[in-house]
Amino acid sequence: MSAILASRTWPKEGLTRVPYWVYQDPGLYEREQERIFRGDAWTFLGLEAEVANPGDYKTTFVGDMPVVLSRDEAGVLHAWENRCAHRGALIALRNQGNAREFACVYHNWTYDLSGTLTGVAFRRGVGGQGGMPADANPASQSPRKLRVESYCGLAFGTLSTRTPPIEAYLGENIAVRIRRVMKEPVKVLGSYSQMFSNNWKLYMDNVKDSYHASLLHLFFTTFRLNRLSQKGGVVVGGDGGNHVSYSMRDTGTAGEEYAREKLRSSNDAFGLEAPGLLEAVDEIGDGITLQILSVFPGFVLQQIFNSLAVRQIIPKGVGRSELVWTCFGYESDDAAMTARRLRQANLVGPAGFISMEDGAATGFVQRGVAGSPDRASFIEMGGDAVASSESRVTETSVRGLWKSWRGHMGI
Amino acid sequence: MSDIELQVSVESLLARYVHAIDDDRLEDWPGFFVDQGIYRIVTAENLERGLPLPVMLAESRAMLRDRVNSLRRANVYEAQRYRHSVTATLIDRIDSARVRATSNFMVVRIMRTGESALFASGRYLDRILLKGDNGQPQFEERVVVLDSRAVDTLLAIPI
Repeated sequence: MSAILASRTWPKEGLTRVPYWVYQDPGLYEREQERIFRGDAWTFLGLEAEVANPGDYKTTFVGDMPVVLSRDEAGVLHAWENRCAHRGALIALRNQGNAREFACVYHNWTYDLSGTLTGVAFRRGVGGQGGMPADANPASQSPRKLRVESYCGLAFGTLSTRTPPIEAYLGENIAVRIRRVMKEPVKVLGSYSQMFSNNWKLYMDNVKDSYHASLLHLFFTTFRLNRLSQKGGVVVGGDGGNHVSYSMRDTGTAGEEYAREKLRSSNDAFGLEAPGLLEAVDEIGDGITLQILSVFPGFVLQQIFNSLAVRQIIPKGVGRSELVWTCFGYESDDAAMTARRLRQANLVGPAGFISMEDGAATGFVQRGVAGSPDRASFIEMGGDAVASSESRVTETSVRGLWKSWRGHMGI
Repeated sequence: MSDIELQVSVESLLARYVHAIDDDRLEDWPGFFVDQGIYRIVTAENLERGLPLPVMLAESRAMLRDRVNSLRRANVYEAQRYRHSVTATLIDRIDSARVRATSNFMVVRIMRTGESALFASGRYLDRILLKGDNGQPQFEERVVVLDSRAVDTLLAIPI
């Protein structure tokens, strides 16, 4: 543990303050790897649709740890550490593929689709010379196998036997909102990544912050996609680390509060020349136009009109992180629906009309707090509660993130 | 048009396009396309896998103008500029009025802090109408294929 970490204590105000050292401390980063990513938390590994067929696999990460998600001949999902038992080299070297077995390129040790060591090259030597002793146990250093549980086509993994079953971990108030999006078999439309110059938790802070959506994302507000005055709410679930923020189609007069406060984001004169971009259908049939859902530590499920995606934040060091986006539709989509989803893909991702600012804003925080590890952010919208709320002018789910994080970290 | 005249004409279009962007004349950008022109940024990985997800997509000049309006008036991003380098342009004739062109590009991004870094590399896959409504060649379709699956921070300004 670093000296910095040892000297830190959480501010006496509790969850309404988040000290900036949480984004800066290498000792904390190591402890997160141990207690969260290799500890009692479910990390999102991918959509089952990404590994639909026997032999399909993808490589991903659980924290810093490289992981393979694979489907065996019987159709069973496996997740295992992408580290050869021999010298620790990566075993799978592609982002995705289909294989009957895996062979480490370094010395050709082989693994089956469940990550079990099946062969050691020249184990008995060559021509009676060399090889391992008869009682050698190379499998003792095998890549670790994760518990894998799938919920509505979302595959999660954990190394810990203590992590509760995924459905209990999610909580029913979160699970029900996963079911409404993952209501039928999905098909992947594509994937890309955004690299952020900030600690991974700043992205999760941002996702859980329903207060910022219509203030930072001017595109949103101007086109009345999401005003805080619209009907909607925030749901906090699990141990506080899971959340849903949602809004319904705008029905009333919007904008008076914004105009009164003369906010930058209240520029109603701005219109789209090609409004077809926003032509959407209520495919789930409940009037919810936007739902952002997160699961501790780093998973996001998104429905923005008909743009559906899973996002996964992967820590890449104290001040770096990678956000992996995988956009999808349903297998039942016709050509018009696919075209609509691809058009609405303009709203999200690194060039998204309503998402591009997030990576910038979180980077501004990382840079802004560089000299102030002992100062703290001020998170009192909605008081000090960690509870569901009908108002989205609240930071309740941000506090929930820190409640969960502190629980895992023992801080 | 001779092969040399064709090469010069197409390369002139490619050069005028990147100068407009690098000089922050984004309002000129839609004019490089026909009225129903298509502009699409994709990653090489998705393209090779047959996955259609775009990073950015416009299906008309109107959608390109919306993108410029949003960048100018709505989207928030730190001050930055690009410097494009376009090379190795190969041209195939489709018919007497149209050609396909394939080029390489590299984009350096210059941040207001002084940081200059390679931001993107890739290919332009273009279908070009040789005499557009401005009397110049215009893109019927411009597909920007990013070599990398990852974008640093955000991709605001078009490539």
